[in-house]
Amino acid sequence: MTALMEAPPVTVAAKKRRRRRDWRAIGAFAVLTGPVVLGLGLFKYVAIAWSFLLSFNDARGTISLGHWIGFDNYAFLLGDDAFLTSLSTIALFTVFIVPITFVASLGLAVLINSIKRGKAFFRTIFLIPAAVSYVVAALVWKMALFNGLPSGVANFLGGLFGADPVPWLSETSPPVYWVAVVTLRLWLQVGLYMILFLAGLQAISPSLYEAGELDGTTKWQAFRYITLPQLRNTSVAVLLLILIAAFQAFDEFYNLFGTGLSGTATAPVKPPLVYLYDSALGDQNYGVGSAGAFLLTVLIVVITLLQGRFVGFGKKD
Amino acid sequence: MAVLPVSRKAPKYVLASVLALIFLLPFYIMVRNALMTRQQVSSPDWSWLPDPLSWVNFGDLFADASVPMAHSLWNSFLVAVVTAPVGTLFGSMAGYALARINVPGRRAVFTYVLVTLMIPQSVTFVPTFVVVGSMGGVDTEWGIIAPNLFSAFTVILFRNFYLRFPVELEEAGRLDGLGYLGVYRRLVLPNSGSMIASLGALMFIESWNAFLWPLVIGQDPSSWTAQIALSTFLTAQSVNLPALFAGALVTIAPLVAMFLVAQRFIVRGIAASGLKE
Repeated sequence: MTALMEAPPVTVAAKKRRRRRDWRAIGAFAVLTGPVVLGLGLFKYVAIAWSFLLSFNDARGTISLGHWIGFDNYAFLLGDDAFLTSLSTIALFTVFIVPITFVASLGLAVLINSIKRGKAFFRTIFLIPAAVSYVVAALVWKMALFNGLPSGVANFLGGLFGADPVPWLSETSPPVYWVAVVTLRLWLQVGLYMILFLAGLQAISPSLYEAGELDGTTKWQAFRYITLPQLRNTSVAVLLLILIAAFQAFDEFYNLFGTGLSGTATAPVKPPLVYLYDSALGDQNYGVGSAGAFLLTVLIVVITLLQGRFVGFGKKD
Repeated sequence: MAVLPVSRKAPKYVLASVLALIFLLPFYIMVRNALMTRQQVSSPDWSWLPDPLSWVNFGDLFADASVPMAHSLWNSFLVAVVTAPVGTLFGSMAGYALARINVPGRRAVFTYVLVTLMIPQSVTFVPTFVVVGSMGGVDTEWGIIAPNLFSAFTVILFRNFYLRFPVELEEAGRLDGLGYLGVYRRLVLPNSGSMIASLGALMFIESWNAFLWPLVIGQDPSSWTAQIALSTFLTAQSVNLPALFAGALVTIAPLVAMFLVAQRFIVRGIAASGLKE
């Protein structure tokens, strides 16, 4: 009632002021966003700020600040062959895994999309591996598929075609362990990206293909000039997701090749996160570990931005 | 005439079936090895089927004193069953507020959340270890759970979902005298079921399968999750292979079951998380 009577003389400025003082809205906003704001504050912002400071400290066996050494940790990393090798390892891995996963998941999506009956059945089968953890997959790959024994699955299947048994995970020249590493991740991930492509395919209007048919396009032309351009946004998203996931590879390398931590055999390949794990948790050198985390973060952010830009430029007409 | 289209489609079905068999092969091998005897699994001769069926491996799995498999499975369950609902609830709350409650500073809070997305999650394990470690979270279940309750990604997805939420529902609630929190709790939350199921299922899978963070923070066997126990088992000196495969089966069983039951929500969650923009 009072609000109604006060209504006429309210000016724009007064209205603004009153909205600003909507304490009930502010209170509700604070309650609803509070947990996330505090949680991200503590586990991201505080954590990263602390770790950033730690990266300029000699923090061996301690996570407290106090031994300022400037850029020594960064200099150590950039001069450490093992760290630089880990970067080239992950670069090589990325070069393999990104195009293979992209083509395979797109191919599977197109295949399933063109099938009339049993679509859901096949989709489920290709998606189920996504429920499996890297640890379990690494276990199966290391102990059964690529165990190097004549009765290992890969060697048995190869034997059917007359191939000699291969010591998959210990052979370094040629580095055939890449076959195991790449197929493992492919098996786990291809279904996820297939789902994204399927969603993209279903959003394409059938009238585009009908128009194409009238012009007498071949199937390949329809794919090249209709499907691919229509999937552009999905493709960019999928490429980014595959790339970021590849750069953060840890689980399968740790479990396939072991780590120096518990004194087991030295790994033939060590991606950056395994290196970071070894220096932070193995050697308890949190200064070097922090510096490595920042170098890697910068690298990932730069590559992500670059890729987004290149893909964006390349396809824009 | 009717035969022609069928035969033209046949290669597709053949191809899809062959690929499906390849995708199922690792599952088959898991089951096969979990049911073999130790002698048979390390025999140089190939065999398609375990003979005789060796169910004792499942008992051996839980009998191995050096790897507390039962307790690790319990820890995994605890972690996933707390992380998924609480994390989803926090995401929904913040997402709703960011989408619908117009207060000064809303954009700033949104940016604050968004910026944390830029930092790749797995490189933050050192910083997060520093903070959780200093709070005494090493070797504790809460140390495994706490950092994963706050997901910027989930917040953003929920915000997008609530931006397209019918506003009439909230207006009706307002007319009935509900405040902001009342509208959220009584009307918005109960009507977000499908989105909560989608993201909750994804969060459950993620925390059940998580490896790096539980490995970093849970160094004592009492705080191992199933993934850590399996990994330790895998790198142990003398491996009881069939028991190891039995462990793999037990670890993936809950998720495969969930995939088959809640597939609709999982697929929707994946589609939503891939198309974030």
